[in-house]
Amino acid sequence: MTRPGRVLLEPIFDNNAIMAQVLGICSALAVTTRLATTLTMCAAVIFVITCSNMAVAAIRRIVPSSIRMVVQMTIIASLVILVDQFLQAYAYDISRELAVFVGLIITNCIIMGRAEGFAMKNGVPLSFLDGMGNGLGYSVVLLAVGTIRELFGSGTLLGYTILAVTRDGGGDGGWYEANGLMLLAPSAFFIIGLLIWALRTWKPDQVEEE
Amino acid sequence: MFEHYLSIFLTAVFMENLALAFFLGMCTFLAVSRRVDTALGLGIAVVVVQGITVPVNNLIFRYVLQEGALAWAGLPELDLAFLGLITYIGVIAAIVQILEMTLDKYVPALYNALGIFLPLITVNCAILGGSLFMVQEEYNFAESVTFGLGTGVGWALAIVALASIREKLKYSNVPAGLRGLGMTFIITGLMALAFMSFAGIML
Repeated sequence: MTRPGRVLLEPIFDNNAIMAQVLGICSALAVTTRLATTLTMCAAVIFVITCSNMAVAAIRRIVPSSIRMVVQMTIIASLVILVDQFLQAYAYDISRELAVFVGLIITNCIIMGRAEGFAMKNGVPLSFLDGMGNGLGYSVVLLAVGTIRELFGSGTLLGYTILAVTRDGGGDGGWYEANGLMLLAPSAFFIIGLLIWALRTWKPDQVEEE
Repeated sequence: MFEHYLSIFLTAVFMENLALAFFLGMCTFLAVSRRVDTALGLGIAVVVVQGITVPVNNLIFRYVLQEGALAWAGLPELDLAFLGLITYIGVIAAIVQILEMTLDKYVPALYNALGIFLPLITVNCAILGGSLFMVQEEYNFAESVTFGLGTGVGWALAIVALASIREKLKYSNVPAGLRGLGMTFIITGLMALAFMSFAGIML
């Protein structure tokens, strides 16, 4: 595979930020109860990570290394403020639901990690691809968790009924007994744990020695 | 009055534990929980930093950023709330830096004990999250001190508990693919379930 192709695709499965490097999990878990919020969060993270990667790459030669962290932090924080203001203006309900988690994109270690680890050493086009790849890798995991949680937790996907929920479960007389655990915090941990297990069974070289 | 503050404190420690109910600070939570003594060091550092940054951000929000907060400077219509995120993270980074220098000068023993954990804390989302929740809940100054300490103690409690479990886990036979990270996630999930039993307690 060519270098740009590798930069884009490697972070999705082979070196996934969430699964292999344990970065950026904080926000990954809290926003996945519904697919709509998950999609918004993914779009926000992809936007912030590609833009911050490009901006950091563009100024990498003129930033003194002693203050590079502060510069990266400021770039990321400004981008997150843009996203936050945009969501409040055009998608108020979703922004209410995401609450503090949009702001917490600032401390998402994937973004800081890519700025420091990749964009400081590579040009703008490659950094763009790297940001895109890592953003997509993050989104793949988030969407998988979000799909499982919304489908089994409330029987819907993006608000459309897939499994009709019984009257006892709050639906209107279907057959599916909704699994309430899926809507609670612990289920996200179980799902990610099991996803990691599945990924490492598929790619045994990622298994940890202990 | 006292019960009100006790309620804020206990809610922050148990019912709304930042790590186990809101998943905040997970990166550090999973990475630094291999041994109890390092987990304890990080936990104490989080309590200290959280106990300082949340009240300071509270003051900054109420006297500078909030809509109409700059009336004393002759700018009654100004609303700087949109600058919140960048201000809080700046304040947190600055306080961590100052704390590090102060400890280094006056309490070198504690500085050496906390060591690498202090700078790590700037990018711990539990700290920024604490400040954001404080703004969302509209706490006053005294409440924000209580809330800051409570969230810090809750986070420290969670990481020390996880580290103790992981130390025992060395002696168990975990399936290859689940070893390390995967198992830690599942244990954290079980701990979160256990903490949910505190939900609904009213003081």
